[in-house]
Amino acid sequence: MEFNDKFILGCSAIGAGLAVIAGIGPGVGQGIAAGHAAAAVGRNPGAKSDVTSTMLLGQAVAETTGLYGLLVAMLLMFVKPLVG
Amino acid sequence: MGNGILLSEGANIDFMIKGVFSYELFGQTVWITTSHVCILIVMLIIIGFCIAANRRMKKATEVPDGFQNVLELIVEKLDGMVTSVMGGHAVYFRNYIGTIFIFILLSNISGLLGLRPPTADYGTTFALGIMTFTLITFNKFKYQKPIGVLKGLCDPWVFWLPINLIGDFAVPISISLRLFANVLSGTVIMALIYGLMSKVALVWPAALHVYFDLFSGAIQTYVFCMLTMTYITDARTVSEE
Repeated sequence: MEFNDKFILGCSAIGAGLAVIAGIGPGVGQGIAAGHAAAAVGRNPGAKSDVTSTMLLGQAVAETTGLYGLLVAMLLMFVKPLVG
Repeated sequence: MGNGILLSEGANIDFMIKGVFSYELFGQTVWITTSHVCILIVMLIIIGFCIAANRRMKKATEVPDGFQNVLELIVEKLDGMVTSVMGGHAVYFRNYIGTIFIFILLSNISGLLGLRPPTADYGTTFALGIMTFTLITFNKFKYQKPIGVLKGLCDPWVFWLPINLIGDFAVPISISLRLFANVLSGTVIMALIYGLMSKVALVWPAALHVYFDLFSGAIQTYVFCMLTMTYITDARTVSEE
């Protein structure tokens, strides 16, 4: 069966959209981290800078999975590896 | 033609790396790209700043004023950041961490100058990741001795060896992909806004520049340096058993 380039591009766009769904996980995770950090600052306002830096570090590490999804989407959309 | 909706005709979306000129090296075609040019510009800015700082500090005064204040603030903040994470090991790594911090920060915010950020090229960030990996491995072998490294690799049991090895080699890849993808996403979003909405993109993209270039760039610089320091401190700490 022959597929033309436009069909493959359309499917790549759908795939890119599906890959970006990976952003749900880091979104929820970062929200939970930020919520707990807010609670920690509320309990101990003196440790605000320590809590903030720890939260940012943890959030950046948690973000990685979402970024992998983003990379896959960008490869599909702009590098177009599937178009012969 | 046939490039999908995003790259439709009329819109010029431009965030790819372009070659400036190419030359032959051992039968391979090597390209000098826009990333090299942008790195050169960033390096020139840093070198110019350093020369100015050096001139100023040669006639430093007891009570700092103006430019000297700024320089002392920068050095103090960087030293404080390294010391707070690395503790006793900080003395050996202040120079390195400070250097990559300033370089990555200026690279990330060079989007404000109209450059394509050099850190949005995987070549740059992978080189930084390799440097981190080399430091981790070197310090591990120096402080834990080869026998300790082997013990750490077979940590719970001998059959965990391949998993631990993959975990070690994933460090430079994940640390460099994190920086690369964050900066690239900002670059792509700004390119999409300028390319697709060029009629209405007048003043308000400045707010997005503040977020994607300044805020995100500073956070990712901080995270890269923090992770590097954490891994190195981990490698230099010998477990007590």
